[in-house]
Amino acid sequence: MNHTPSSVAEVSAALAEHDYLADEGLATSIFLALTLRRPLFLEGEAGVGKTEVAKVLSRWIGGPFIRMQCYEGIDAAQAVYEWDYSRQLLHLRTAEATGRAAEAAVGELEGELYDERFLIRRPLLEALSPTDGPPPVLLIDEVDRADDEFEAFLLEALSDYTITVPEIGTIRADVPPLVVLTSNRTRDVHDALKRRCLYHWVEHPTFEREVSIVQLRAPHVGKPLARQVAALVESVRGFGLYKPPGVAETIDWAMSLAALGRTELDVAMVEATLGTVLKYREDQQRVTQQGLQEMVQNALLRGGS
Amino acid sequence: MADERWTNPALPAPVVLRERPAERLAVGFASVLRGLGISIPARATINFVEALGHVGMKRQMSVYWAGRSTLIARPEDLPLYDKGFALYWLQRNPEMVTVEGEPPPVTLALDTDEPETDDDDDDDESDDPGEVQTLRFSRVEVLTEKDFSECTDAELAELTRLMSRLRFTTHARRSRRQVTTRGRGDRPDLRRTVQFALRHQGEPFRRAYTQASEKPRRLVLLLDVSGSMEQYARALIRFTHAATVSRSRVEAFTLGTRLTRITRHLGSRDPDAAMRAATPEVKDWAGGTRLGEVLHEFNDEWGVRGMARGSVVVLLSDGWERGDATELGEQMERLHRVTHELIWVNPLKASPGYAPLAAGMAAALPHVDRFVPGNSFRSLEELAAILAGGSRPSH
Repeated sequence: MNHTPSSVAEVSAALAEHDYLADEGLATSIFLALTLRRPLFLEGEAGVGKTEVAKVLSRWIGGPFIRMQCYEGIDAAQAVYEWDYSRQLLHLRTAEATGRAAEAAVGELEGELYDERFLIRRPLLEALSPTDGPPPVLLIDEVDRADDEFEAFLLEALSDYTITVPEIGTIRADVPPLVVLTSNRTRDVHDALKRRCLYHWVEHPTFEREVSIVQLRAPHVGKPLARQVAALVESVRGFGLYKPPGVAETIDWAMSLAALGRTELDVAMVEATLGTVLKYREDQQRVTQQGLQEMVQNALLRGGS
Repeated sequence: MADERWTNPALPAPVVLRERPAERLAVGFASVLRGLGISIPARATINFVEALGHVGMKRQMSVYWAGRSTLIARPEDLPLYDKGFALYWLQRNPEMVTVEGEPPPVTLALDTDEPETDDDDDDDESDDPGEVQTLRFSRVEVLTEKDFSECTDAELAELTRLMSRLRFTTHARRSRRQVTTRGRGDRPDLRRTVQFALRHQGEPFRRAYTQASEKPRRLVLLLDVSGSMEQYARALIRFTHAATVSRSRVEAFTLGTRLTRITRHLGSRDPDAAMRAATPEVKDWAGGTRLGEVLHEFNDEWGVRGMARGSVVVLLSDGWERGDATELGEQMERLHRVTHELIWVNPLKASPGYAPLAAGMAAALPHVDRFVPGNSFRSLEELAAILAGGSRPSH
């Protein structure tokens, strides 16, 4: 199965089919990433669905989903490949025990050690290894957490989709992976890397879109409740909180309320479940001070109960 | 099977431009955006042309999104992009395009008698190098103690030179990166052990180890540029510049009526060039102060999000808050919770009889690890020493 979308609308439709509702901006970026074959760089608040983009692409394209979580100190051994040293040592010991080590030339022994069976493939090598099927989707998550040196390395790997393992040779993707990078902006990612990519700033969804997302992801939640929760979250986002709730929280909240047997918002339940959406004590206080009663009233109105 | 499209990344994607002038339009748009201050490399313009080839130019929104994903790389540029888009594609509607609200750029008073710049205007002190050296040296002695607010431009220039010699290190923290060791370390280094073993018929009698490396903590400088700080800010921004260029992992912001990130603009090694680059960015130079609000913005957009975590944060301000002091207190508390060390540098602290009575300062103080003066070169030198050596003070 291969996917060469002919229009942005086709991308939107295909993503929706796989449970992801993208707005036109994101759909355009994805369309361009597919047609221009460039990595897609996504930035935005936590919880707006950046990581989900890679997952849905994998479901749609049908290629394997490969995730590389970045962290400080990540290097080629964790990102590309590593030799299985403990097994290599065992191999050497066996050779020694059977007396073969003394006879065999060092070169021969070495050749045995650097065999594919001792190679541990890390995400980047995995993503660039030849496949018959559709291209893999490589998610490079939170690239801002890695060191700048690692960025330079990524830049190189992403520009020609080849990787050299000195002991084996050059590995080149005949089917280049679809690459999605995400960043939370804890520091600036180098311009050169960004310029290799298509850039999209992911926003919180609009009210109607959020309602649709909740209904799509939590189909057992009734429409009135979904609308009311979305309305409430939308107003909560306007309070200048430390951590405004993302879409994931909206879904969690709707599901929690549904699990508690509610089909409509009520103040007591909202207060009891506030912890599913607001993870800072100060944020909870701020929202409670605004008057939950009135907020729930407004949400009921907006949600059209 | 894979489609032809995926098979060779080296070949450019087939581009069919529906209308010939697309290229010209794209280049024109890019130059409008550049004119508004967005940096756009030629490569991005080419991507934009390709993207237009794919999404077409029939719909305004397609052009908008194609441009946004190819030409823009920072969310800060989005308002400018929208402005440029309106200007260029929406028939130059003047209503949407006015550059109102932006005060004319203020230029920092640049020092005229620095040796680097005085190619043609020979000042009294650069005539005879031999004598001047001694003269200058004794002058420096006095100068380092002098309050910045009493310094002339020439003296500030002198101090700038001194500042560039300051060394800015912060105490290290353990990094996750492993480095090889000579002796015994934390973890066995199997890779090198195997290499050694190969040289001895596979007998791993020499063991290698690695241990966690150390990394200097990130240093974040927040400089108050409001009116009351004006006399000091001129010197402190040079201090900020000296810190920015002397090491990696430094971030710099100015606080006033708004938050401005100047890290990139201070990147030039030449202090004057850096000042020229940074000053137009800071639109609220010598304006009002809303420290609490601006610090809130810093916490939301950068600090608490990750930049200040485990970092050493230095706030250079007199603590004069025209807004709500409670907000400042709250934001300081929030910032303090994520930082390794929070240092407040207040130039007024040096004046005799100073007490932190300003509402903002009083609200902030409980959340500060160290409170130091920053009125003279000497005090900044001490600050640099604190950054380098100080152990974490007890709370």
